[in-house]
Amino acid sequence: MRWRKKRNELTSFLVLLPSLVLIAIFVYYFIARTVAASLSDWGRDPSQALALNPETHFIGLDNYRELFTGVIDVRFRQDLVSTLFFTAFFIAGCLLLGLLLAVAIDHRPRAEGLFRGVFLFPFSLSFVVTGTIWRWLLQPRGGVNRLPTMVGLPPGEFAWLTSRDQVWRFEWNHLPAIVLVLAALVLLLMALSAYRARRGRRAVALAAVAAGLLAGALGAARGLVLLPFPELHGFNLAFVGIVVAAVWQMAGYTMALYLAGLTGIPIELREAAIVDGANDWQLYTRIMLPLVAPITLSAMIILGHISLKIFDLVFAMAGPDNAYTDVPALLMFITTFRGNQFAKGASIGVILLLLVALVILPYLRSQLRRRGRA
Amino acid sequence: MKRWLFSILLVFLALGAVTVRAQDKLEIFSWWAGDEGPALQALISRYQQLYPNIEVTNSTVTGGSGVNARAVLKTRMLGGDPPDSFQVHAGQELIGTWVVANRMEDLSGLFQSEKWATVFPPGLVALLSSKGGIWSVPVNIHRSNVMWFVPAKLSEWGVKPPKTWDELIATCQTLKSKGVDAPLALGENWTVNHLWESVALGVLGPEGWSELWTGKLKFNSPKAVAVWDTFGKVLACTNSDASGLSWQQAVDRVVKGDSAFNIMGDWAAGYMATTLKLEPGNGFGWAPSPSTGGTFMMLSDSFGLPKGVKHRDATLKWLKLLGSKEGQDVFNPLKGSIAARLDSDLSKYNAYSQSAAKDWKADKIVGSLVHGAVAPESFGSQFGTVMEIYLAGKNAQAAANAAQAIADQVGLGRK
Repeated sequence: MRWRKKRNELTSFLVLLPSLVLIAIFVYYFIARTVAASLSDWGRDPSQALALNPETHFIGLDNYRELFTGVIDVRFRQDLVSTLFFTAFFIAGCLLLGLLLAVAIDHRPRAEGLFRGVFLFPFSLSFVVTGTIWRWLLQPRGGVNRLPTMVGLPPGEFAWLTSRDQVWRFEWNHLPAIVLVLAALVLLLMALSAYRARRGRRAVALAAVAAGLLAGALGAARGLVLLPFPELHGFNLAFVGIVVAAVWQMAGYTMALYLAGLTGIPIELREAAIVDGANDWQLYTRIMLPLVAPITLSAMIILGHISLKIFDLVFAMAGPDNAYTDVPALLMFITTFRGNQFAKGASIGVILLLLVALVILPYLRSQLRRRGRA
Repeated sequence: MKRWLFSILLVFLALGAVTVRAQDKLEIFSWWAGDEGPALQALISRYQQLYPNIEVTNSTVTGGSGVNARAVLKTRMLGGDPPDSFQVHAGQELIGTWVVANRMEDLSGLFQSEKWATVFPPGLVALLSSKGGIWSVPVNIHRSNVMWFVPAKLSEWGVKPPKTWDELIATCQTLKSKGVDAPLALGENWTVNHLWESVALGVLGPEGWSELWTGKLKFNSPKAVAVWDTFGKVLACTNSDASGLSWQQAVDRVVKGDSAFNIMGDWAAGYMATTLKLEPGNGFGWAPSPSTGGTFMMLSDSFGLPKGVKHRDATLKWLKLLGSKEGQDVFNPLKGSIAARLDSDLSKYNAYSQSAAKDWKADKIVGSLVHGAVAPESFGSQFGTVMEIYLAGKNAQAAANAAQAIADQVGLGRK
């Protein structure tokens, strides 16, 4: 009996071994290589950049310092801001539209299957195809802008991808303070939920940390200056078109996620609510949506890591050189393969990895914990 | 039995033929696909007529001015698998990336044995040389500083092609008063940089322009900052939807009469003559960009010889064909460019190319920034950031400071 168990363990280990080895090499080894490259000066000296055996030196975090505070890396900072705005709007758009579509289909309209297929269809396209179609649609003098003329209105004026306007601008030097204030807000929210869950001591501790952060933020605003000159960053309106295209593609997928959740709710719960006199609105806001909350979280994680890494959609829609629609993944490619700045490109890659990890790790942790409990 | 032996013999012969063929191969790496494909194909056909035993592999990676091809090339070179010969913009795009990294063979010997030093203009050879070597064979020449217009439209508006940037800005006001909103047509990002290099050449003159790239003239010196001031005034004459237009669409604006002028390289002549079927001289006219008369800002596609290639002899034969009068006159009429050699047969070229070839012989030669002749890739690829800094705040000094910071970072002019 015991021998058989051991043999089982051995076979499972052997079966897993090839993938473990491959993942170790092609994921973790290359992550390590990238991190190592990002701490070197590979590419600073042109005579070593593309030499057969490049000679590089360890320079610590200097590449990162340059990216965040160097004069010529202004483009990276704007890209970082852009990608955060993009992520926020993209996730919000997908969740909202996906939920609406799911609720609509949940009402079992006629030709339900057809609609489900139609809404899900864009998801089956590649981002390159979506990007090319939407680039044509969003030409300033055609496509979407000509729609109003069909009902006799003047054509639209918005320049879409070629817009150069920026809104919600903020000063890069205020960034440390802004980050701290945001962190304090998150902690306060956590404290509030702890208080509601009657875990008073935890709530007080969290609130205290939040207060500390706030005080720190005020201090940092005076003490820490990133740049010797003012530099404004904001939300580029050129991204509106990209958000529209991305939401168009991924909203159907979000709908499918929600639909799975909604159909998974036992019919008895609905019936019980209806017997108790709940109307449609109450049924959804009080019963159904709280039950699909975990799906919202999963959808946010999936959409979030797609949008942080986005490359092909932007490349197809606006090309690699339109600075107003640039994202860090694109800049990484250009810096590395056009500018020969391999170390700096690696640094951008590592920053992207950290951002995605920030999204994924808490999710993995909660998943593992849940499975451990079960 | 006899038949059996015979078939074995046949098999061996076939195998032998295969191995003989396999020894003579040549892989050419380029971004000439689409419109430029036939010109390359004509060269390859000629090569195969001359050397029927050599099997030619034509590896093209599509993407204008090599955006994708250069990335593929870098991964291949870093991986130790260089193609036998690759296309590269002549000058610093080759020297700043590959020659400084010690990955190319010096072609001075080839230039001597083929007596090329005398048939290529000295200004061009100077751009191809560094560290006492000559590093690639130029196939074609394009001109960057050309202004395009439609003569009939200009006489309708009663204006002449401006000779200086001041004249252009004045003409621009005249045209605006006649209802032409954007007298100067402009396209997407790189065409803005392209316009800038014509303005800079005009303001600085050929010597000043060349000194920028040797590090003698600083980007943040008052003389160079003045370039951005003039550039700002010129930009005020351009169309607001520029960043959504390809260079062809910008040319279309001129042809349709929405704009009066366009500054573009002379591939625009090929587009108007071949695609739009306009007659050079009548359907469209040209002049040097304002303030740059007598100067030829060139860019050139060239091929070099990487170190450690598998088929060195076949590659040298390829390079000899590229530099020969015959090779250049096979390729260039189809490509719409002119020969780098001074002795080409002009009867094979159209009216625009003949006029460009005349200037190529007579003018002072300088290299283009946007198309890789005077600055290494590390500078050229970051120049777009400088442009964005200028466009965001229209602050000439800030843009000039950023340009100098990048020049210092990449060691511009440091040999």
